[in-house]
Amino acid sequence: MEEANHTYRPAGPSTDDLVSHLMRVRDELRVQWVQEMRAKGLLEGLTPEETERESAVIYDTCVGCLESGRYDEAQRYATQMAQRGVLSGMTPEQIMGSLLTLRDIYEWSLFDEYGAEREKLRHALRLYQSVANRILSIVALAFVEERERIVFQQQEAIRELSTPALQIRDGLLMLPIIGLLDSARARQLTEQLLLTIRASRAKAVVIDITGVPAIDSKVANHLLQTVDACSLMGARVVLSGMSPEIAQTIVTIGVDLSRIRTVADLQDGIEEANRWLGAEVSNRRPLPQSD
Amino acid sequence: MGIPFLRHREYIIVPLQAAISDDEMVELWGLLANHVTGHDVRGVVIDVTALDVIDSFACRTLTHVAQAIRLRGAETVIVGIQPDVAIAMVQLGLSVTDVRTMLDTEEAIAFLDQATARAAR
Repeated sequence: MEEANHTYRPAGPSTDDLVSHLMRVRDELRVQWVQEMRAKGLLEGLTPEETERESAVIYDTCVGCLESGRYDEAQRYATQMAQRGVLSGMTPEQIMGSLLTLRDIYEWSLFDEYGAEREKLRHALRLYQSVANRILSIVALAFVEERERIVFQQQEAIRELSTPALQIRDGLLMLPIIGLLDSARARQLTEQLLLTIRASRAKAVVIDITGVPAIDSKVANHLLQTVDACSLMGARVVLSGMSPEIAQTIVTIGVDLSRIRTVADLQDGIEEANRWLGAEVSNRRPLPQSD
Repeated sequence: MGIPFLRHREYIIVPLQAAISDDEMVELWGLLANHVTGHDVRGVVIDVTALDVIDSFACRTLTHVAQAIRLRGAETVIVGIQPDVAIAMVQLGLSVTDVRTMLDTEEAIAFLDQATARAAR
């Protein structure tokens, strides 16, 4: 863009000329801009004060970018606007529409100013359009990034919500897994489970996969790792709720789950774990009787 | 620096220090194998709570220690593997085969009590 400035300066209006022109007609163009936006219905949900303030800031930011050739300010403002826009329910259509309108308004003004001389107009537009395009792409990207950030946050939240390790009784935990299991989730789930084992001093864990729709060799390996990690922490694992389809898949892909105790449903799983704990309790020295 | 260990009834408890070197690991092996005889030791508890890394060498040595101790007629329990250490170990495919792993010393002592009671019967 800077090269463009140097190349075209001698033949037509310079960047400085454009900037001073746009600042001269600032108030006029802003009024025109707001009118256009209102006519297109782009200002719904905004108070007149907000419209006034935002339009001034946007106008000046755009001219600022043209003047300095730097886009930090536009970037910062776009990010901020995307965050606020998403929060206050302003649609990207509204904001992009507003900016496209502003782009047109600037352009019309340039036509009025330099339209008489074809060559000058061409240079002015070349200078101006690259800046305008850059600003538009910055804003569009800011919106996409903001959406992505929110999607990511929500995924994190869902992940955390979806891996609770519940204590059923002393020494017995239950971990219901619901939904698809991927590497990141399996790791997070294992970490959480191990921390809970340490905190609650659990010796048996029932992992229930009734809510897992499908399983592949990767997921099966994650489960094996989870079971091994639990046994390193001194807890035995019983896997419950494997559907007939998943059982068939496991056999077909040839994953060896023989290290893991598996039972049909959660009830069997809890009974099995109770048996382990019960055997341990009965082998211990009897508790002192109170009477 | 020697490896400190504690005597508790007929058991030995070895709390490993965070900065334990490979040489000391090997030293531990000989030390425990020697000590188990003649002192009426029925069980050894190796506490790895302080270790934030357990690599393949440590795994193998711990397995060897346990095997040597078993040959001397005592049981070995490893306690205090931290959650992230456990995850790292399974991801690297490491395991301490043939060795009991438990949550902490208390669990280990309870288990050893049972094991020795069964043996005495």
